[in-house]
Order: sequence, then structure tokens, then C-alpha cells
Amino acid sequence: MTTGRPLHLAAEIGGPPRYEPDHYLGLARLAEGGALDYVTLGDSFARPGPDALSVLARIAPATDRIGLVPTVDTTHTEPFHVSSAVATLDWVSRGRAGWTADVSTTEAVARLFGRRAAAPAEALWREAGEAADAGARLWDSWEDDAEIRDTATGRFIDRDKVHHIDFEGEAFSVRGPAIVPRPPQGRPVTVIDGTTATARAVAARHADVVHVRATSPEQAAAARADVLRLAAAHGRPARELRVLVALAVDLGDAETAPEPGLASGPPLAGHGTYFRGGPVDLAELISQWYRAGAADGFHLTPITPARDLERIVNGTVALLQHRSLFRTFHPGHTLREHLGLARPASRYALARTAGEQR
Amino acid sequence: MHLAAHFPGVNSTTVWSDPRSGSQIDFASFEHLARTAERGKFDFFFLAEGLRLREYDGRVHDLDVVGRPESLTVLNALAAVTDRLGLAATVNATFNEPYELARRFATLDHLSGGRAAWNVVTSSDAFTGENFRRGGFLDRADRYTRAAEFVATARELWDSWTPDGTPRPVAHRGQHFDISGEFTLPRSPQGHPVVIQAGDSDEGREFAASAADVIFTRHGTLEAGRTFYADVKGRLAAYGRGPDDLKIMPGVRAVVADTDEEAQEHAAGIRRLQVSPQNAILALEQVWGRDLSSYDPDGPFPAIDPEPDSEFAQGRVRIADPFAVAARWRALSEEKGLSIRETVIETTTRQSFVGSPETVAAEMTDFVDQRAADGFILVPHLTPGGLDDFVDRVVPLLQERGAFRSEYTGSTLRTHLGLAEPVWKG
Repeated sequence: MTTGRPLHLAAEIGGPPRYEPDHYLGLARLAEGGALDYVTLGDSFARPGPDALSVLARIAPATDRIGLVPTVDTTHTEPFHVSSAVATLDWVSRGRAGWTADVSTTEAVARLFGRRAAAPAEALWREAGEAADAGARLWDSWEDDAEIRDTATGRFIDRDKVHHIDFEGEAFSVRGPAIVPRPPQGRPVTVIDGTTATARAVAARHADVVHVRATSPEQAAAARADVLRLAAAHGRPARELRVLVALAVDLGDAETAPEPGLASGPPLAGHGTYFRGGPVDLAELISQWYRAGAADGFHLTPITPARDLERIVNGTVALLQHRSLFRTFHPGHTLREHLGLARPASRYALARTAGEQR
Repeated sequence: MHLAAHFPGVNSTTVWSDPRSGSQIDFASFEHLARTAERGKFDFFFLAEGLRLREYDGRVHDLDVVGRPESLTVLNALAAVTDRLGLAATVNATFNEPYELARRFATLDHLSGGRAAWNVVTSSDAFTGENFRRGGFLDRADRYTRAAEFVATARELWDSWTPDGTPRPVAHRGQHFDISGEFTLPRSPQGHPVVIQAGDSDEGREFAASAADVIFTRHGTLEAGRTFYADVKGRLAAYGRGPDDLKIMPGVRAVVADTDEEAQEHAAGIRRLQVSPQNAILALEQVWGRDLSSYDPDGPFPAIDPEPDSEFAQGRVRIADPFAVAARWRALSEEKGLSIRETVIETTTRQSFVGSPETVAAEMTDFVDQRAADGFILVPHLTPGGLDDFVDRVVPLLQERGAFRSEYTGSTLRTHLGLAEPVWKG
């Protein structure tokens, strides 16, 4: 069975820490050459490496189409700063920004800030949901046509189209409006790893793309159905979300492996199910799962980025393209266009025009 | 002489009504201005910061250019399209945490090959605090003690890896911060990013003398500049620093035309556009703290007194003594026979170099020779082409005079500024 839905592919470009931009640029360009939807760059305050959002901003002008999705901590950061930085990544990349919202549960990270003690994941994920919600409201707080430059009246903006958000959450409040005008995508793409039940509930409500883990097409389909059911409870139709299966991949040195398969190697925490095999084996798995309608796509984390990403693009992706299962070029410019996600209207614009019509 | 370019993003600096005025937010504008600055061999490119849109009487201010991107993200992107230009971001030490900010600046320094600078500013008002977890509770008196400890903590983090790249734990316990753990980046190409301090208060000058590499200031005349210069440089010895360890760079505008007369006319025209009739009344309302919209900007000053603690004053720049300012403005208006708008133009005009390229080059050189400044941060009035004239017409003259470099001699901002790399204190 084919689903009729386009296949989406993304790849992680992190790995052992590197501090020079060309390393990351090379990987992002490789992924861009394979017409992948986006690259992710994982991050944490507690492990060696540069700030992920900064790295992706650094390579944005040197890339053209690939979506750029850094991991951003919502526990020890200011939601206002986070929303400004992600919106700015969207401006400097001309509509290719996303962010993976994540939490920090450990005492080790808390001590780096000395501001608050470590807290249980459930509370932190509720807070992450609030950060995503406040961020989306800030991105909406300037309507698209707020800047008017009306020389006759001397007004640069139409103040009726720039809104306070007055967000009041359990963990923080934000008055708004944003400093950064509404970004090119309206709202940059929000990605959340929905592996745990707590994170999945938040993802279903606030994320555009949800990463899940599965070891079989049936399990993937069930996870996808679960995400969509939870999303529907918040009034979100399936067309507003994409569910990608997260796989850590070790493509070895051969085209195919004697015994390709899932979880046949060491499990890798945090990066999905472990797949070991050749690039052809991976293409086979993706084809089968995709044809079974188990997922909207895959987020692949190469175990050895420089080697495995090259094999993903030139082996796996090339084969999927040859089978007409994956596009050969980016038909659009923005990450939302790659993902087939509509550009959302500002909620404040909708509310205002609804009010005007009454 | 050192030169920097200020991106003239927002507020009343830019003349957005000029047909040549472009976007203050598209990356192309930043790229154009930064590339122009680098073509002119400038030391660095400078971005200001805003954390709350200005408001008057509970409504968003709508008369000036407003809306800007987040500085560090823009500078990382600019690192991709420039090679030598220093990249300076203004980031508030009140609404941030040392670990996160030290990490972001160290990242910029690594990703730009040693071109990062941090302009440390402070803020304490509850109005800005409404956008943050921290809120607005910080006492004014604590602003600089927090900023000083903030910078010191960042430097501990920047020094925490050994020169051979081994992370070592940091433990800092002070009045404002209590942090421990390992930093995530090795020492950056400049050792530490350059630290800039902006502001003119006594505490600000002392903080700059103790901890900054550059001070971003403004003063109206050569004489005021010389006094400031002598005062700040005189404070360095107490911290074991030499006079060359802190560069003094006032923000200035330069208006260039074929002749001095033409340039003067042009500069006056720009000021009239910057201080529109509406903006003149607004400037008055800032001081008076009340609604003055019924007054004629081309007429005389209001007879009523300021009302500084009114609700109306919420969200605006605080004026320390509005009665004194009002009295000064009134006196100036009466003495010279100026209208409200003309008075505002006169009292808000900053240090300017106006004239033919020869005149501007000579005056700027004179300022440096007479120890009124070590260089300048140019604030153009147009985005993004406002630096083109200066770079094309004045910079070559400065280079001919031997007052300014013709080529970069190094690749880091510290090299451009003639600042030594900080000694590693592991």
C-alpha cells in the first residue's frame, strides 16, 4: 500500500564535538544535495560542543534550501530569548528554521546555572510546552503586514497589528510583543521527540514534527496514530503534523550487511532505534515502512556522521529517488514547504479580522 | 584610529521615509552594511539590543523604525559572509545567565575565527522585566555589581579548559552567581571575546576601567571628549592597566557631501526628518510625563510643569530630573527663539562630523590626535547604504593621511584593536 503522502527525511549532523564551522557546513551541504527536509544539531549545556543554534546560523548563508533545526533547552533559558533567537534563525536562513524543544532534568546542568534545582521531567515538559506556546504567540504578535511605513501620517508600524501576548503560565509570564517581526515562515517549525508519554503529550499539542521510536512498522504506525489522536484532542488535524521515526544508523562499509536489522547492535540512548546494515538495507527498510503507511518519514542519526551521512545521501537516498519514493530536488524554499505544512496565519490577525466582521 | 559601524536599525536614528531606506530586518541589509564596513577595513560591526518595544501611555510606539533580529544569531550568520570584521553584540547582563551567555560568545568567537565582542549593558526596569522570568526586581545599585560579577564569571569559564584542550571544572560562588561544572568549549581564538561597555555614569566608567576593552560613549564637543578621555584613562592605573588597554570610541554620525555647505544643509535636512513634528512632541512628553499632543511642535513650550511619576510615564526612558531638563529646554528656546521642534533637534544632536570628505577626515584625525577619542563608532542614518559614502570617500583620505589602516594586519578583533590576548589563568 502506498500512502500518497510524500516521504520526509531528516538527518542529525552532530557527533563528537567540533569547533570549526566548515565541518558542519560540509555535512549540511551533503544533506542539502540529497534534498533532505532538514538537518538537526543536538545540544546540551552539559556536554562539550558549541551552541547548536549559533552553528546553524553560521552555516545558514552558505546553504540554500536545507531546513536548520537546532536543539534548544527550555529549562534554563528565557522563553523570550529563545523565541527571538529561533525567529532570527528563520530570518537569516530566509524561512528554513526549526527548533527541537528539549528539557534538562539533571542536577549537573542545574548547577551550571545555579538558578533553580533539578526538577522532574513531567514538570519540565509542561514548562517546555509553555515555552513553545509563548514562543508561537510571540511569533504571531506582529501581524504579517504590521510594518506600514506610512509617510503621510509618520507611522512606521500599524500599532493595531502589533500585540501584547500577556502569556501567563505556571512557570513564567511574558508580556510581549516580540522584538523580532514575524519570521518568514510565520512560525518556525517546532520539533519534539515524543518518545516518552510526557513529551508526547506536549508534542501532540505544540509540535509540527514529532519524532518517535519504533522497531517495527506496526509499532511505528501505532505511535503515529497515538500522536494524531492526542493532537486531535487539541483540535489539531493530521495535516498539521508530521511523525518521523527516529533511527540511529550504522551503515558500515558494505552496500548490504549479512544480517541487517534493528537493534542488532548496541542501543544508543537518545537517538532512536539502532539500525545496522548497508545503505541498500536502509533504503529497503524505509521503503517497506513507508509503503505500509507507518510513518511520514525518518529522522536518521548517523553513528559516524562523515561516513554514514555520505552513505545515506549517495546510497540510501539515491536508491529511494530511483524508486520514485523520494524527491530529487526541493520544490520550495522554506522548511514548511519541504514538510508540506501550511504557513499559519497570525492568531491575532484572525482574532482582529473576526472582531472587525462582527 | 579605530573605526566601527553601528547597524542603524531602529529608533529615530534612521530616516525610514527616505526612498533609499531598506529593510531593518532582512539579512541582506546586515550583509550589505557588514561587507561595506569590511571593505573599509573597519575594526568591527556593532549591533544594539532591544528587549521590550517602546510604549507610550500603554500603547506601542509607532513613529520610528521598530523590530530587529536577535544580535548573536545575526552575527553568527554574518561570520559566514565576512572574513576579518569584528562582530559585536549588545547583550544585557540583567536578563541573562553567565553560563549560557559565555557559551554563546565563545561559540561566536570559535565560529568567526576570533572576531567576537560583547557589549555589556544593564537594565533594571520592571517594564522590560515583564518579558522575563527574572522580572524587574534588580535594584539599580546592584546593576553594575551583577554585571561585573557576570563578566568575571564568564572569564572564568572562558579560561577553564587548559591550553591543550582539557576541560577543567569551574566553581564560582559570589554575591550574584553560584555555579559549578564544566564549560563546553575550549579557550576561544581570542582567548576571551572583546568586552565593550556602553554608558556614561560614574559606575559605568569605573566598570569599564576595571573590566572592559572598549568603551562606547558619546560626547558633544572636542572639549567634552578630552575631559571624558582623561577621566576614563586616568582610572585604569588603579586596576593595574595601561592607557592603551581600554579604547574609547564615541558613537558619531558623519555626513559627507561635495562641499562643506552642501553637507551642512544635508545634515540639517536629515535632522528634521529624524525629529518629525510627532517625534518632537513625543520627546517633550518623555520629559513632561504627560499627554502634550495638543501642542504645536512649531510653537512655544508648554507653560505647565512635568509630572514625572504619572501612569503616562510607564515604559519610557527615565529622565533623572525632568524639572531640570524642562527648565533647560525652555531657557534655550527663549534665548535662541526656537520652537519646540527646533529645540529638540538642537538638544538631541550628537557628535557629528559634517562636511566635505577632506573636512571630515581632518576633523576626525584631529579628535584622535587631541586625545578626545581612540576611534569612532559610526551611526549612519540609512539602512543599508548609509555607510557607502563614508567608506568610498572618507576612508581613502584617512588612509592617505596614515591615520587609518589600509589593510588588516591580523585576523582577530583583538589584533585590529591592538589589544593583547588575555593571559590564561587556569
